[in-house]
Amino acid sequence: MEFVKPTLQYFELSPMLIVFAAACLGVIVEGFLPRARRHLVQVVVAGLGLVAALAVTVWVATDLTERGSGEARGLLAASGTIVIDGPTVYLWGLVLLFAIAGVALFAERRLEGGVSAFAGQAAALPGTEAERQASTRGLDHTEVYPLLMFAVGGMMLFPASNDLLTMFVALEVLSLPLYLLCGLARRRRLLSQEAALKYFLLGAFSSGFFLYGVALVYGFAGSMQLAEINEAVRNDVGNESLLLIGMGMLAVGLLFKVGAAPFHSWTPDVYQGAPTAVTAFMAACTKVAAFGALLRLFYVAFGSDRWTWQPMMWVIAILTMLVGAVLAIVQTDVKRMLAYSAISHTGFLLTGVLGAQASGELADGQVTSLEAVLFYLTTYGFATVGAFAVVTLVRDSGGEATSFPRWAGLGRRSPWVAGAFAFFLLSMAGIPLTAGFVGKWAVFTVAMSAGAWPVVAVAIVASIVAVYFYIRHIRLMFFSEPEDEVAAVTAASPLTTVTIAVCAAGTLVLGVVPGPVLDLVTHAGDFIR
Amino acid sequence: MHLLTESAHIPVVNPTSADGIFSLMWLVIALPLAGAVVLLLGGRLTDRWGHLLGTATAAGSFVVSLLMFLSLMDRGEGERQISQELYNWIHVGGLEVGMDLLYDPLSSLFLLLITGVGTLIHVYSIGYMEHDPRRRRFFAYLNLFVAAMLMLVMAENYVGLFLGWEGVGLASYLLIGFWQHKPTAAAAAKKAFVMNRVGDMGMALAIFLFFVTFGTTSFSGISAASSGASEATLNALGLLLLLGACGKSAQVPLQAWLLDAMEGPTPVSALIHAATMVTAGVYLIVRSNFVFELAPAAQTVVVIVATVTLLWGAVLGCAKDDIKKALAGSTMSQIGYMMLAAGLGTAGYAFAIFHLLTHGFFKANMFLGAGSVMHGMNDDVDMRRYGAVRHAMPVTFLTFAMGYLAIIGFPGFSGFWSKDKIIEVALTENLLVGIAALIGAGITGFYMTRLMLMTFFTNKRWKEDVHPHESPALMTVPLIVLAALSVLAGVLLLGDWIVEWLTPVVGHVEHHEPPLPALAITGIVVAVVALGVAAAWFLVARREISLTPPEDVSFATRAARADLYGDAINEGLVVTPGRHLVSGLLTFDRHGADGVFTGGASAVSGIGGQLRKIQNGFVRSYALSLLAGVLIVVLALLAVNLG
Repeated sequence: MEFVKPTLQYFELSPMLIVFAAACLGVIVEGFLPRARRHLVQVVVAGLGLVAALAVTVWVATDLTERGSGEARGLLAASGTIVIDGPTVYLWGLVLLFAIAGVALFAERRLEGGVSAFAGQAAALPGTEAERQASTRGLDHTEVYPLLMFAVGGMMLFPASNDLLTMFVALEVLSLPLYLLCGLARRRRLLSQEAALKYFLLGAFSSGFFLYGVALVYGFAGSMQLAEINEAVRNDVGNESLLLIGMGMLAVGLLFKVGAAPFHSWTPDVYQGAPTAVTAFMAACTKVAAFGALLRLFYVAFGSDRWTWQPMMWVIAILTMLVGAVLAIVQTDVKRMLAYSAISHTGFLLTGVLGAQASGELADGQVTSLEAVLFYLTTYGFATVGAFAVVTLVRDSGGEATSFPRWAGLGRRSPWVAGAFAFFLLSMAGIPLTAGFVGKWAVFTVAMSAGAWPVVAVAIVASIVAVYFYIRHIRLMFFSEPEDEVAAVTAASPLTTVTIAVCAAGTLVLGVVPGPVLDLVTHAGDFIR
Repeated sequence: MHLLTESAHIPVVNPTSADGIFSLMWLVIALPLAGAVVLLLGGRLTDRWGHLLGTATAAGSFVVSLLMFLSLMDRGEGERQISQELYNWIHVGGLEVGMDLLYDPLSSLFLLLITGVGTLIHVYSIGYMEHDPRRRRFFAYLNLFVAAMLMLVMAENYVGLFLGWEGVGLASYLLIGFWQHKPTAAAAAKKAFVMNRVGDMGMALAIFLFFVTFGTTSFSGISAASSGASEATLNALGLLLLLGACGKSAQVPLQAWLLDAMEGPTPVSALIHAATMVTAGVYLIVRSNFVFELAPAAQTVVVIVATVTLLWGAVLGCAKDDIKKALAGSTMSQIGYMMLAAGLGTAGYAFAIFHLLTHGFFKANMFLGAGSVMHGMNDDVDMRRYGAVRHAMPVTFLTFAMGYLAIIGFPGFSGFWSKDKIIEVALTENLLVGIAALIGAGITGFYMTRLMLMTFFTNKRWKEDVHPHESPALMTVPLIVLAALSVLAGVLLLGDWIVEWLTPVVGHVEHHEPPLPALAITGIVVAVVALGVAAAWFLVARREISLTPPEDVSFATRAARADLYGDAINEGLVVTPGRHLVSGLLTFDRHGADGVFTGGASAVSGIGGQLRKIQNGFVRSYALSLLAGVLIVVLALLAVNLG
């Protein structure tokens, strides 16, 4: 038996390697440094790791070579299990960017009076003596930084994986730290643990489906490699039922992660229960990574069989948009409202996914659905991170005040913070001159030109419904008389304020001069098949 | 009714790039926008001089518009379309949307109207809002509105137009609800916003369809290619644009918000809900003439909608005792006339714009006059408690009278020329529509005379503590200017000037002979109007006006008082089914999954133990819904592909 030594493309893989290395370093720091110095060192390790990875990602991006007909650039790495192409590096960039924002929000300690938003001692039962002791001693969980880094590593591997098993491993690597992070809130710990357990159980359930799908598709195609599955689909070998059931199961696993209806039920509970910094990180980065994987799976592996999965995707997109937009109306909690809004954005993104067309059907220079979705993810990420960052600031004596009545009249007490929040909401609503408008414009246009006009019509109806609850919240902040007890904006450290400012600037720039980023997205090119 | 269109030549938008004074085009929008930004961000620092800055920026815009207009007149007919590319807004692959401006004869007239009337209303507002603690904010919103409205009429593509379209919607929302302490104002603002979104949906879909069909959204690109598209596509585009126009211009079936919008301060009603924003729909249709000329079915629908609206609005105007609502009904009706002219195609476009301009003057004049009366009557709006105000407020009375004579079409006044032309074209194109327009003119004569009599004539019915007085000069001077314009704006028709001016934009057709000589039609119109005036005289002036509306009235009056059941229709057709949908979805979601937690959310803080009980076992039902989803997805895949 011949044994071939696998070659690793260290340079191209280095962004991911740096992130994992920083995560491991974090674990070591946790073990060897005295408690008092851990926080600073962990923040520095995580922050530097992410910044370095981002810098190398940019370097890798400029260095990718063209392949084939020139529409795609990049290479297959690690014996063909990982693919590093234009979309991969773009998604890496996005994940790293929002992860840096996540670290900044994690590191915020001024809001809680010198401690972070994470539980002092996660193992202590809520309401016990141990918990009180942990709180009086000012304990802090600094393991959150390595956890975040492992999750980021998984998120980078997820859209880059070129075979189903790697994809599954990445899915688990990104999910497990997130389950833990969700349960670490300092306040409302039951709610937080509840959310973590729920997320874990349902996540495990859906992972099971994904894995079963992997097995079935392997049964059909005889391979895990996306390109070889594509070959098998094209040549129509094997039992078609196996393929269809497998495809459905894989779709379920991914649609669960992006929070599409009817797999959305975890989203509101988890978004609400998790510490808000975690929610911000998770809402932006998980969606970026999971949509990257979804696009790769359905474009590369099942791309030549679009008519099989598109009808299902139509229904899911329509259902997701309606469920998200309509149920957001009846929410009375800011985090839950944002969660349902995230669900409706998943629907809009799926609308963009539906715009997939073969390159022959595209008009010359027409925007592809991949580009539209990548751009939408960018706009969505900025608005989401920014909005959740604002939520961390609005507090009363019991911590973050997320119920609507507490937000009444906030605009008069803190016009800048409320103004920023209103701006993020307007972007999510897709009002012109914000990033969201250009994003919506892009995904709707590609779906329309692919003939999915019924979905676009529903999407426009859903965005109108959505505008209603966004504007209602803006009205609440600026035009409502506050009743009984109200929340106030707590002064935060520059970590949070700079994050909010950067997100607001990003949202504005992407709305007014989206050109450079659109160019970048176009430049990312196509997936390597 | 489309005999004319066959021979019509549809002009192509083909602008030259801006030079000379025209390179200052962007300044027209930038000035009021800068004013709004300074006033909003400046906060209390700008309280003392904010209103002056707001007025100055609007006036500056007017000066630039006027200079550009004069230079445009000097140019030859073929060179009157000028564009300015600011920058490339969205550019990716073939998707290209420039932030481009277009200045042509059509937008030049709009610029003068918006900045001219806008400036006058700014001046008036200095007096009207003098005692309001939030005056600076009011001026900021007014500036924002002016900037957005200018963007709407100066954009060179539909996306830019949509930007302005959304902007005026936002400004209108903020201004209707300006007196937020009144719950009615907040509700009205919400209603206007929601109904406008329905129209915006039409606009948005139209824009996507434009892009998919023509690969561009610019006027020049579409006008050059529109004859190549199929008639079905063009009809769809026309209907979608019409839906947008209905929302913004309060046409049936999206008319219900306009009367409620009168909750806003009166200068807002004059500027936004009479002179400018509500006419955006007319602008949209005239601007899109390259679509409508090739979409006969859509044009027919425009005519039908317009005819229904012009009668609907007129009937509402007859029954309202609130002076502003009566005027709002009249606005609806007059916009109906404009839409009618626009729907009649090339023969009517110029007259639609002509009536839009004269209406802009006389209706702004009358709204400001109404505001002046309210100012003197302790902000009472009920005409049943007015009467004989003319002695106390001579200037307001005289200027209002000019507007009154203009709107009923008294010979020689501006409204006479513009409305007469529309009725003439309507009679030429379709007898039935023409007769409806004629009847509308008669009803206009009735309700405006009723309003005039109840306010300025008859016996005085105001309460003891009301002391009507003339408004300050800041308010009366704009009234006088607008009154003069209401009288004189008819000169635009001299030698068919406005028709020739707009020819490069909307094209030109040889005039068909009307069924009767033009002079005879004019005679009939005047006679019908006189009939309406006389009816009002006998029914209003000769009777005692009670302080409360009489109860023993006919069904027709009751219906008109209830806005012809517009709200009830909306309630029945849209709101109730919508509510059922939401509650249905909620029930579904509660049983399927979520929901109960929604109620729990507010109680979250603190009672952790309770919550543990409530939530215990819920994962099970979540997982169940997940499983159901899996089954649906897999079965659907199998059914679609193997079935």
